[in-house]
Amino acid sequence: MSNRISTDEVAHVARLARLQLTQGELERFTEQLGDVLEHAADIEALDLDGVTPMAHPLPLANVARPDTVRPSLDRDEVLSQAPAVEDGRFKVPKILGEEL
Amino acid sequence: MSHAVDNPSTAIEIAQAVASGATNASTVMDEHLARIEASETEVHAFNLVLADQARQHADALDARIAAGEDVGPLAGVPIALKDNMCTRGIATTCSSRILEGWEPPYNATVADRLANAGAILVGKTNLDEFAMGSSTENSAFGPTKNPHDLSRVPGGSSGGSAAAVAAGYVAASLGSDTGGSIRQPAALCGVVGVKPTYGAVSRYGLIAFASSLDQIGPFTHTVADAALVHEVIGGHDPLDSTSIPQPAPALTEVLDRGVDGLRVGLIDEMMGHGIDGISADVLARTNEAAEALAAAGAKVDRVSIPASIYGLSSYYLVAPAEASSNLSRYDGVRYGLREDGANVVEMNTATRTAGFGDEVKRRIMLGTYALSAGYYDAYYGKAQRLRTLLAQEFNEAYQRFDVLLSPTSPCTAFAFGDKTADPMAMYLNDVCTIPSNLSGDPAMSVPFGIGDDGMPVGVQVLAPATHEPVMFQVAAEVERLAAEAKGAAQ
Amino acid sequence: MSESDLPEGWELVVGLEVHVELATNTKLFCSCPNMFGDEANTNVCPTCLGLPGSLPVVNEQAVHFAMVLGRALGCTVQPSVFARKNYFYPDMPKDYQVSQYDLPTNGEGALELPDGYVVGIERAHIEEDTGKSTHVGGDGRISGADYSLVDYNRAGVPLVEVVSRPNMHTIEHAKAYVSELRDILLATGVSDAKMEEGSMRVDANVSVRPTGSTELRTRCEIKNVNSIRSMGRAIDYEAHRHIDLYNNNDAPRQETRHWDEANGRTRPGRSKEDADDYRYFAEPDLLPLDPTAAEIAAIDEAMPALPQQRRRALAEAAGLVPADVALVVERNQDELALAALAAGAGGAGVVKHLINNLADGAGQLTPEAFAGLVSMETRGDLSSTQAKTVLAELVANGGQPADVAAGLGFEAMDTSELEILVDGLIADNPDEWGRFCEGDKKIQGFFVGQIMKATKGQADGKVVNQLLASRASSS
Repeated sequence: MSNRISTDEVAHVARLARLQLTQGELERFTEQLGDVLEHAADIEALDLDGVTPMAHPLPLANVARPDTVRPSLDRDEVLSQAPAVEDGRFKVPKILGEEL
Repeated sequence: MSHAVDNPSTAIEIAQAVASGATNASTVMDEHLARIEASETEVHAFNLVLADQARQHADALDARIAAGEDVGPLAGVPIALKDNMCTRGIATTCSSRILEGWEPPYNATVADRLANAGAILVGKTNLDEFAMGSSTENSAFGPTKNPHDLSRVPGGSSGGSAAAVAAGYVAASLGSDTGGSIRQPAALCGVVGVKPTYGAVSRYGLIAFASSLDQIGPFTHTVADAALVHEVIGGHDPLDSTSIPQPAPALTEVLDRGVDGLRVGLIDEMMGHGIDGISADVLARTNEAAEALAAAGAKVDRVSIPASIYGLSSYYLVAPAEASSNLSRYDGVRYGLREDGANVVEMNTATRTAGFGDEVKRRIMLGTYALSAGYYDAYYGKAQRLRTLLAQEFNEAYQRFDVLLSPTSPCTAFAFGDKTADPMAMYLNDVCTIPSNLSGDPAMSVPFGIGDDGMPVGVQVLAPATHEPVMFQVAAEVERLAAEAKGAAQ
Repeated sequence: MSESDLPEGWELVVGLEVHVELATNTKLFCSCPNMFGDEANTNVCPTCLGLPGSLPVVNEQAVHFAMVLGRALGCTVQPSVFARKNYFYPDMPKDYQVSQYDLPTNGEGALELPDGYVVGIERAHIEEDTGKSTHVGGDGRISGADYSLVDYNRAGVPLVEVVSRPNMHTIEHAKAYVSELRDILLATGVSDAKMEEGSMRVDANVSVRPTGSTELRTRCEIKNVNSIRSMGRAIDYEAHRHIDLYNNNDAPRQETRHWDEANGRTRPGRSKEDADDYRYFAEPDLLPLDPTAAEIAAIDEAMPALPQQRRRALAEAAGLVPADVALVVERNQDELALAALAAGAGGAGVVKHLINNLADGAGQLTPEAFAGLVSMETRGDLSSTQAKTVLAELVANGGQPADVAAGLGFEAMDTSELEILVDGLIADNPDEWGRFCEGDKKIQGFFVGQIMKATKGQADGKVVNQLLASRASSS
């Protein structure tokens, strides 16, 4: 955590997060993220090895629901909010992914 | 010029008057809509005002009351929802371009509970985009102004909800609090704001920022109103796995019990001994509140929560990490904005790049980084461990104290643009409020005097998880003491 | 397509990841119907569409089924935590998948194949399914398509992913593993396990290594195999592809490949950008699962007999080894077999008839009639040909074997009658008999055939052979 985050790393996380940055934004965000991470680095000094990470503030477990069907949404209402629809489905540009 | 309302009707007064027939919901609604009409263009508390619908609902409610029906404890009370709570068929934007025009096909649980209690929705209030900010300056639809001084911010992220109450547009509103987003604007706008215990109020229909920290709570003019609203919106919801499986606690009945014999701990780190940047006037008001409580019979002492110093660091890793995941779904496929692209990846990227503002992008990238392979343990893992440590320290403190006391915000309302250039300076606004979100414990802000600039100051009352009753009990006393102090000063 | 063994000197290494859709009424995290084949986007709600503000609540039946499957696979059922697996894909409504990562519901287990080979189970975790994309235009394949259409009915359907250890070294074992797992799913009712409908989906991790080596070389994950047969073909193709690469001083690279059934080959998928960084973290909207010891004990208590146990039980009762009776159990005929054995029939006869003559079901055949038939055959009252005929009649119309045999004119021949016939035959054919006594096995058929002819096929060939042998040894 001692090295400041680099523009390459910011460009990488931007790509992971599907965000496009201009060169100016990349430099500005790199500086700003560096500041926040530098501040956050103060917890590095703490010895927290014996402490378990908190995933939930409340000590609850086994919260489940019965396997009973309840009405689904009206399809027209759902599709009315979509940017593009065809044949009762959500329409998206071609997928450059795996061959399925 | 101030647009803050003087001597507002409280929610309790309105509900009693409407239910008893002393007035009717339509009259109450007209008064509130008139105030909106008069100054909303300047304050900009709302993203959407539902004037016609609100009038219709008021008429319908009056008809039910005339027919002898019991319409609930918030009969005819005009309310507003932060625009990150889903309302069926009513635009819900999170003050983001990416959700502009989206009409959810369902209601948040809190929206249903308020409606079932007789409250009438007046509008959806402005916020920092996706609740990320402390001034409401990050809204894609322009900032909300502080009704006490239009040149100053209302705080954030629930700035619109705080301003709507302060300006008298509604008697009560709901906000969401992830790192102080209810309490800080409440302090800056001079109203009461409550962050309940994590899980006390259903998050179903609250558009997530950071799921393990987000909590809905009320803004009101009085502690008693906040107690009533909390009773209405609180309690178990089977649609939220993290909802506490108990009914909401009775709060209105504890408010006049005083503080005699209660043990109040003043958090050292937040009183100038560990956390820098708390302004002198805010420290002075907080000390005065502590002294007044002691005079009223409480046993006040100082207490140290060393891990609270690291709260901000932990928060700015945990919250962005969860946010980076929660905000992935805005991809242009199913709802909201879409910017065209030759393929899905390009469409996703174009949509998100155009749809999110800078602060949201910053936090998404920060969170993505904190979770990524190779950094997880150093950042996210460590931050989650700090939460446990902080919760342990709070628990130890609560062995000795019934409640804790601190400033809510390090300073009073600041001017627009003061902190927008430096994200870190903005983040420091939440330094006193963040620890309660990290531990999951309840905390609330109660107005207590004014700062050197004449702007409201809030003090924060903190309590152990699910101990809202004692928190409200003390808050009610703080409110009485503030009124006494104000009376004495005049 | 033969499933030839690998060339000399190479060993196959296969690990299988099987996604199983659970047979619940509703989805994993919402109350929408878990239903195959409905009209697109009709079984959707805020939660399974990933709408802003929606929250998941886990289906208790899905958790129960997952634990049942875990126990059936001998897994440790343990406290578990849901985790988010983050990556963008249009058929995934939240652009993260809720799965389990470092704390799965089911830890280490094992699955024993009919031949006794044990495949290690690494884990069996719960996760949600994705929606389904249809690719429009081009050749219907994703890469050539003009655009895609997404249906979220399947999004959020509960899955268990069963991950095996990479310790299968023959295609037969890989196929047997899938077949065995399917039988377990059907026996427990956890899934309808239909590969053709996608309720059971197999990804095969394939690599090869020099025989005798214990290294794990670069593997490729083969997707899109939708039958056990095509999985066998895909593994065979892929293993040979790896060997060819190594033989040419090249090496495979770790990647996902897709089985092309029509052309009988695997093809590389486009690698998912940054697919290796899923940024897993504990799902904050869901709480941990922490089953009690009593809950797990109750699952064990209620566990139906599993194929492995049934094979063992039948094999023991029949005096055979489990592999011999695997087919009987797979066809769910072990109950009939056990009843027939209990009624006094011999194990070998029962299993022989079940495998060879009762593949299409037992019809009107009762266990008692079956037992009677097998005993008549064992005693020599019926020849095997006659027994088969009688059995077919019993299956078709029921009844008792003795009556049916009598009705068909199959009278059991007295051995003394046979002896007279045999002795007469020997006397009439001294040359042939001489050759028989010198050990000419070919001439044996002549004697048996003549006796059969004389008895119109009613003699038991076995008994005839015995008679011939005893006459030869005493002559």
